[in-house]
Amino acid sequence: MAHTEWRDAPELPDFSLLKRLARDQLIFLLEQLPGKKDLFIDSDLMSPLDRIANVTILKQHEVDKLYKVELKPIVSSSDQLCFLIRPRIQTVKWISDLVNADKVAGRFRRYKIIFTPQKFYACETVLEEQGVYGDVTTDEWNFYILPLDDDILSLELPEFFRDNFLEGDQRWVTTAGSALHLLQSVYGSFSKVYGIGRCAKMVYESWRELMEEGEQRTRQPEFAKVFLVDRDVDFVTPLCSQVVYEGLVDDLFRIKCGSVEFGPDVTSSDKSIKVMLNSQDKVFSEIRNEHFSNVFGFLSQKAKNLQTAYDKRRGMDIQQMKAFVSDELKGLKQEHRLLSLHIGASESMMKKKTKQDFQELLKTEHSLLEGFEIRECITYIEEHINRQVSMIDSLRLLCLLSITENGLLSKDYRSLKAQYLQSYGIKHLLTFANLRQLGLLEEQQAGETLTVMESKVGKLVNDKTVGKLTDAFSSLAKKSNFRALSKRLALVPKSGEEYDLRVPRDMAYVFSGAYIPLSCKLIEQVLERDGWTGLEEVTRMLNGQEFAVTGGSSSSEARNKTDAQRIVLVMFLGGCTFSEISALRFLGKERGCRFIVVTTAITNSARLLEALLDNHA
Amino acid sequence: MAFVTANWNPLGDAFYRKIELYEMGWNLKDGLRDCLVAAAPYGGPIALLKAHNRRSPSARPQLEIFSSSGLPLASFPWKSGVVKQLGWTVSDDLLCVQEDGTLLVYDLLGGFKRHFSMGNEVSQSQVLETKIFHSPYGTGVAILTGALRFTLATNIDDIKLRRLPEVPGLQGAPSCWAVLTQDRQSKVLVANGSHLFVLDNTACTPVTPPGLSPQASSIVHMCVSFSYKYLALLTDSGHVWMGTSNLKEKLSEVDTKIKAPTKQMAWCRRPKSQQPSAVVMWDGLLLVVGECKETIQYHLDDDSILVPELDGVRIISGTHHELLQEVPGACEEIFKIASMAPGALLLEAHKEYEKESQKADEYLREIKEQSLLSEAVRQCVEAAGHEHEPETQKTLLRAASFGKCFLSNFPPEQFVGMCRDLRVLNAVRDYTVGIPLSHTQFKQMTIQVLIDRLVYRKLYPLAIEVCRYLKTPEYQGVSRVLKHWACYKVQQKEESDEVIAKAVSVKLADAAGISYSEIATKAYESGRTELAIKLLEFEPRSGEQVPLLLKMKKSPLALSKAIESGDTDLVYTVVMYLKNELNRGDFFMMLRNQPVALSLYKQFCKHQEQDTLKDLFNQDDDHEELGNFYVKASYKEQRLEARIGHLQSAVDEYYKAKNEFSAKTTEDEMRLLRFQRKLEEEKGEQLVGFSLHDTMTTLLSVGLHKHAEQLYKDFRVPDKRFWWLRLKALAEKEDWEELEKFSKSKKSPIGYLPFVEVCIKHHNKYEARKYVSKVTLEQKVKAHLAVGDVEGAAEAAIERRNESEIGTVLSRCSATTDHLLVERLNRAKATVAKK
Repeated sequence: MAHTEWRDAPELPDFSLLKRLARDQLIFLLEQLPGKKDLFIDSDLMSPLDRIANVTILKQHEVDKLYKVELKPIVSSSDQLCFLIRPRIQTVKWISDLVNADKVAGRFRRYKIIFTPQKFYACETVLEEQGVYGDVTTDEWNFYILPLDDDILSLELPEFFRDNFLEGDQRWVTTAGSALHLLQSVYGSFSKVYGIGRCAKMVYESWRELMEEGEQRTRQPEFAKVFLVDRDVDFVTPLCSQVVYEGLVDDLFRIKCGSVEFGPDVTSSDKSIKVMLNSQDKVFSEIRNEHFSNVFGFLSQKAKNLQTAYDKRRGMDIQQMKAFVSDELKGLKQEHRLLSLHIGASESMMKKKTKQDFQELLKTEHSLLEGFEIRECITYIEEHINRQVSMIDSLRLLCLLSITENGLLSKDYRSLKAQYLQSYGIKHLLTFANLRQLGLLEEQQAGETLTVMESKVGKLVNDKTVGKLTDAFSSLAKKSNFRALSKRLALVPKSGEEYDLRVPRDMAYVFSGAYIPLSCKLIEQVLERDGWTGLEEVTRMLNGQEFAVTGGSSSSEARNKTDAQRIVLVMFLGGCTFSEISALRFLGKERGCRFIVVTTAITNSARLLEALLDNHA
Repeated sequence: MAFVTANWNPLGDAFYRKIELYEMGWNLKDGLRDCLVAAAPYGGPIALLKAHNRRSPSARPQLEIFSSSGLPLASFPWKSGVVKQLGWTVSDDLLCVQEDGTLLVYDLLGGFKRHFSMGNEVSQSQVLETKIFHSPYGTGVAILTGALRFTLATNIDDIKLRRLPEVPGLQGAPSCWAVLTQDRQSKVLVANGSHLFVLDNTACTPVTPPGLSPQASSIVHMCVSFSYKYLALLTDSGHVWMGTSNLKEKLSEVDTKIKAPTKQMAWCRRPKSQQPSAVVMWDGLLLVVGECKETIQYHLDDDSILVPELDGVRIISGTHHELLQEVPGACEEIFKIASMAPGALLLEAHKEYEKESQKADEYLREIKEQSLLSEAVRQCVEAAGHEHEPETQKTLLRAASFGKCFLSNFPPEQFVGMCRDLRVLNAVRDYTVGIPLSHTQFKQMTIQVLIDRLVYRKLYPLAIEVCRYLKTPEYQGVSRVLKHWACYKVQQKEESDEVIAKAVSVKLADAAGISYSEIATKAYESGRTELAIKLLEFEPRSGEQVPLLLKMKKSPLALSKAIESGDTDLVYTVVMYLKNELNRGDFFMMLRNQPVALSLYKQFCKHQEQDTLKDLFNQDDDHEELGNFYVKASYKEQRLEARIGHLQSAVDEYYKAKNEFSAKTTEDEMRLLRFQRKLEEEKGEQLVGFSLHDTMTTLLSVGLHKHAEQLYKDFRVPDKRFWWLRLKALAEKEDWEELEKFSKSKKSPIGYLPFVEVCIKHHNKYEARKYVSKVTLEQKVKAHLAVGDVEGAAEAAIERRNESEIGTVLSRCSATTDHLLVERLNRAKATVAKK
């Protein structure tokens, strides 16, 4: 298979260290509140916590009962309450209410809030405003990074995307900076940092400040380069349907914190099974990066091999059988179990995905990416909306249409929006407002208002400033320029050529050969050129904000020699998809380097769009 | 070298020596007579105050501060009340205890710092006696009041007054008393005649020193050692009793045979002392007592005071400054007459070597034979540390260096470290600096503290030199000194803001870890706001700039700095501060110019203060957002009327925002809600809150076709949607007859393929076939395939001559059963391809 380990792959650093650090700190914090205590955990921290410290460890440190934070009154008889939460205003308010209720009831308890990954001033303000500041003690659990796999590190902050890009709330910037700082202090410094996007720039600044404050440690770096990229640089990629196995599993079954729950239709029993999906799973690690059309064939081959291995039993004597049972059988059994699960999963996938609907959906997506038969696409989307096929998918197609076409014609925009609202309710007025704010779904500016303005202003000032003004205006309009970008970077391979998905020739294979993810293409280009020179046109279309900095360790002679120099850290601010990870793994293999992906969270089209809904109904 | 031992005096097994540190630079008329004197330990400064002249209370005495070498540091007339006691704090501040219980604190250059009181009780009954003591908790003060009660504070920087219990039977002032620090607690030891009491927080416990000679009828003097471990008592019979301060063990008792009143008594010991010894001072006489019966006597010409140190006693008189100490072990070994210690031999060997005599080799051999050479080197290095004269130090170090040549693998750290230390020590012992630190004291005090002391004396260049020389990490060393310098600099009133700012930035430019905000705070405190702002510009960490800017009421600047920093916590800090500080209008105006702060505040309001959010939008005339706000609010309402009310407000706002689309849509929603409620009331179907589409689906599924039709017309539902809806609803009910009728009612706007598909979905092939013929040509193949009619599909595909469609059909044919068909298709494909 194409994506198994290749020889001469650089060794990846051992990220389990990060887990150990987090665990030790948590235990320390729990011991700060001696005695039996009940622990309340934010629901979205449950899974990450489980990867760090399981229930047994918690119990060992005198945690009596575990509860999920549900923002409802609580039933707990313990005299000590400990809250392990994200620094969110609502949650803190809920805790304040609890404390105040206890006060009214004349009940005395000790309260401790452990914020993770950090405490925000706003949270303390709430405690103060609610008059409980003196009644609770607060602490920070600096759990910045959860290693999901050998090459995936996650900050597990899905709200990063909405807070930062939609609400303009930059409080997570320092968190991302601290995460990088943590990696640097544990694994050594970097020789070069590249980035693009406003947020990336701020994260870098915050990280740099931390570097300057802290002590400089000179040690052999374990990474060569860092690339920071904002999610809003490339919205097209996460909006496309995923077709590599891991991405597809995520789209269909939702991978949560590196594990997935396969329902009865997959397990072919009446129970659901939770499976960890990472490189430890031998079957999965071989198919995760494959286009799903190859997966089934591979799995059946694998099944045959397995059968042969089992068949060895026949004609064995007792001694051989004994050896077989003790040495191989367990491994085979394990493999068998995993294999049957993945076969179940891919069957269920095939059922859903080879259907006419899905094929047409893909066809529409590809047409949009190519800018081909747009009218038909609009008709298709309209029908999609009218038939109430899927709230999120319809929205996704609308966004893709808008981005690839630089906004919708007024007529189309209004009609599609009206139809959408008829199908899914008026509350989506807010969704549309959000999408417009992010530049995901826009109405083309009526007439050339901007251009007119430009030329008017242009007459008043000299040529040099005109250029700047044009830049300013284009950023004002948040044009996506997808078509031009696609042309310049050759994101969409020429149609008509056969694309053999078994032997991928470029990163486009992650989208059936129809499109190379913009984000990954940018990374490839910048690494190739060792900077942004020659990409000026591209960055201008992406609203600039690019940077490249040579880091502290200038061990030029060591370059290209050690493994570390072939490891590139890519940080996605606002989330990244499994398709992008697969594409980067492919790129790494082509270029003889390895990518480590750091992301604020794993995302996909559904999560991205759901984050933009205003669900108050 | 013989003279090294010239000032040595034997006492028991040990030797004592008295070294002259300085000839005092001051010029005192009457020496130290009738003066209040306080000299700080560790070679600290000396304060002098002429005793109050009771007869002419108007005369103002002069308070003078000198360095240990007698150079004047400060001098000013004393204008406050009657001073009972002077003393120094651990950080070289002068403490003046007044009769009324007020304590005044001055820095060592005479600058007034602060004052505080020791409580009402003290001020009422007046201060009788005071002792100032140092402990790990800082500088403490113990006061005996006129009411014969003790009040004590362990740390003057964090005053907690403790009033100790009463001493039973105390009629007048006790004969003597001292402060002890034991078991992490400060206690007072009081002697009343021959009775001894220990006072702690709670109780007054009588104690007896073990083995105190019975002749004594009263204890007249006591002193506690530097480490609080030992206690010495002097009785009226002239006996000196020495023991541990917990009074469990007696170390020795010596009869001085002098019964005259003593002036002062102090311990004279060093870490690893060979014997306990104390120094007792009478008028004109100084006595060292140890374990044996003999004593060492020194004649004193002049009034003197004793300053106990960690490793000896300093004696300050009107003209001289001397150190009295037990001779350290290493020095004794080396310099004792006829010593055969390895160090002594090495020194000798080196001397011979310098003379180019072969005896050097003999001495060396002797040491080497006993394999004591490394010990010899160690001794020489150690002894060098204890010697005061640079010449002697050099001789010893040269000998050590010489010895080192014959050793392999001898670790160099000790030698190198000692050379460095001595260089620093000699520099600070210099007459002009006047800090006579011994090596032992220096090690105890640490380099950081020494640098602090240099800084207090404003000896910035020397401090920086020392830091650089000792390679102290910049953050603790040079930078710290520079910061102090800058803080001092900004208080110089005569220079202009520009000049100072420039000077500071030039000097501090490349120093790491400088906190400009601290310097700026100093500038602000001395009333130079403009300078403070200029200095803050240099501060790289915005987190440090912001609080001071707020304090200086430069809130717009603080806000923009906070935003620049990217630290949202800082922004919040400023925003919350402004919220309380400004009126609402100004506050909003300020936010309006700062989008980052505004969006942060909005986030906060979303959860905490919904109404403020509305006000914010209102202020900005952001009708679009207001509209959205009302729509959102409407979803939180349970009651329909309230909901419609909110929506109406939204409509108004949308119109104001000239967003007709949203306004119209919202109006539609209101209409829909009313319609839904009406139907709910009439038909009892759950409808309110559904989307138009869902409402229609529900209506159709329960057979309320008329109403669905009405919605279709009222809300301009596109034909296509309506057909889809009808189609789905009918198929759902499997009402095939009605479906057929419907299909014939009009030409379908969605074509007839959906009819086929919907039937297949409900497993009715028979019905599906009915519609295949109606399907348009383009979709025929699909339709045929959907109903499983491969042949029909093949026909259609061939007819259309469409390669991909032929391909699709082919993929559905099985080679065995549809042999003929496959052939035909392949042929057709070939012809199509040819074209």
